[in-house]
Amino acid sequence: MTPKGDLKMDKMVVVEGSYAVAHAVKVCRPNVISAYPITPQTHIVEDLAKFIADGEIQNCECINVESEFSALSALVGSSAVGARSYSATTSQGLELMHEVLFNVAGMRLPIVMTVANRAVSAPINIWNDHQDAISQRDTGWIQLYGENIQEVSDMTAQAFKIAEDKDILMPAMVCMDGFILSHVYEPLVMLEQDLTDEFLPSYEPLNILDPKKPLSFGAFADPNYYTEFRYMQQKAMTNALKKIEDAADEFYDLFGRYYGGLIDEYQTEDADIILMAMGSIIGTIKDTIDKLRQKGVKVGLLKVRAFRPFPAEAIRKAVKDAKIVVVLDKNISLGLNEGALFTETKSCLYNTSNHVPVVGYMIGHGGRDIRMSTIENIISEAQEVMKSGIKVESQFTDLREELL
Amino acid sequence: MKEIRIHGRGGQGSVTAAELLAVAAFADGKFSQAFPAFGVERRGAPVQAFTRINDEPIRLRSQIYEPDYVIVQDPTLIEVVDVAGGLKDDGTIIINSDFDPSHFKLDTKAKVVTVNATKIALDIIGRPIVNTVLLGAFAGATGEIRPESIKKAVKERFPGKVGDRNAEAIQQAYDMMKEAKA
Repeated sequence: MTPKGDLKMDKMVVVEGSYAVAHAVKVCRPNVISAYPITPQTHIVEDLAKFIADGEIQNCECINVESEFSALSALVGSSAVGARSYSATTSQGLELMHEVLFNVAGMRLPIVMTVANRAVSAPINIWNDHQDAISQRDTGWIQLYGENIQEVSDMTAQAFKIAEDKDILMPAMVCMDGFILSHVYEPLVMLEQDLTDEFLPSYEPLNILDPKKPLSFGAFADPNYYTEFRYMQQKAMTNALKKIEDAADEFYDLFGRYYGGLIDEYQTEDADIILMAMGSIIGTIKDTIDKLRQKGVKVGLLKVRAFRPFPAEAIRKAVKDAKIVVVLDKNISLGLNEGALFTETKSCLYNTSNHVPVVGYMIGHGGRDIRMSTIENIISEAQEVMKSGIKVESQFTDLREELL
Repeated sequence: MKEIRIHGRGGQGSVTAAELLAVAAFADGKFSQAFPAFGVERRGAPVQAFTRINDEPIRLRSQIYEPDYVIVQDPTLIEVVDVAGGLKDDGTIIINSDFDPSHFKLDTKAKVVTVNATKIALDIIGRPIVNTVLLGAFAGATGEIRPESIKKAVKERFPGKVGDRNAEAIQQAYDMMKEAKA
């Protein structure tokens, strides 16, 4: 399944991940951008500010604000009047947006935001994990995770298309691993303006704030009405399951690049062991799988691109013949001792006839480097579980016992 | 796949060197990847940056622990950082120094090469900025990359006179390494 499409080296350039994303945002023709700088998202916003100052993005305003809370609040207004609106943030900045995230989703505003995933404080840490975005799981935002800067760049256009679809109208986060992807230089095809114009027509809102035709957004809904708003949001998320697949397919037809829809599979066909993960760890896992496959280990990978909406059906199908599923999470639900993807994967298999054992590893917290040897160890532990059953259901990886 | 680790101090342009190397390698028709050992950057503090060069697309995202090549921008780092750590036996370490390679007692079987990049930089660029000069030395010592590609990458990044002078310094470091090998 991956990667469909030929690599066209003559069309590729080597740029920083942040620049690739800023460029992708530019060719999506946004009307309003508002963001507050925070490491490691800063370069994206700097590049966009430069594009606007240089007149490279027509009909676009950059609103300077004093916090992330204000940045997203400004976009509530701009999106409500029908402007294609974009922001970018990470970590504490995303957490500061928490309240506004719910408002954006509740008002059905298709804002797109890049999250350069970073650990949360305290202790202060600027490096990558997924705790920031995972903590916003229930705010009603679509969450997509990219594996490399090509995917994250292309995902930006897909996110606008999905979010702005009339059957959806939900905001979307494009998650890219902070530093690992935001600061890497690697070759990619920069998102093409002509094809993007074809792929992503201008935003045609269903309803807008307009003095000539007064409407309310996010107004009071008493107990007689509130439930139905929540129901409709969930319905939009269910619709998004198909639209995410459709957007990936349409993107492939036009651009010739494909990274999976809700999920992607690598060497899963005959796999006894299936690893599951999201984000930049995917590449390291693929290299590890290639190495172990040469030794005859039947191991494959289920890459999760969409964490919200959760691709339960796609996951059930992908793991139906596996003998063990191993879920790697760059986050933890404290008090449960599990990462979110692990918990939800177990949950989507319960009440089904598939009783495949599922084990979880929490890995890469606060930017701890993930080496192929670590993945190999996890796979060899999975082989042990296949023989003798689960002893530890969910655990930390590479814990430095001497520090405890 | 070839893996390169660059040691320097904050402000010496180690990250820029890694990036330029990736750009140049790609111009040579290879796939490449460059990234810093993400730290809280402070001027003068030891920093590391990494570049991978490969015939196939690069998927691996871990840091580099067993490099084929190491570049050391500041020889005083050798006292505080294990610059040769994990360096492959058939690899090469390039140190910016006017000393002979035998001066450095490194725990490695790899080839040790020195180049007085600071002097070249001062003579040609007029400032002791050695990152691009060492890339020229790297090209000459290893043959992994064409000096033209490095010069092109540097000129694109630093247009005008600065780029031209850097290109000249790169060529000189490259030629010196080539002569030393011959």
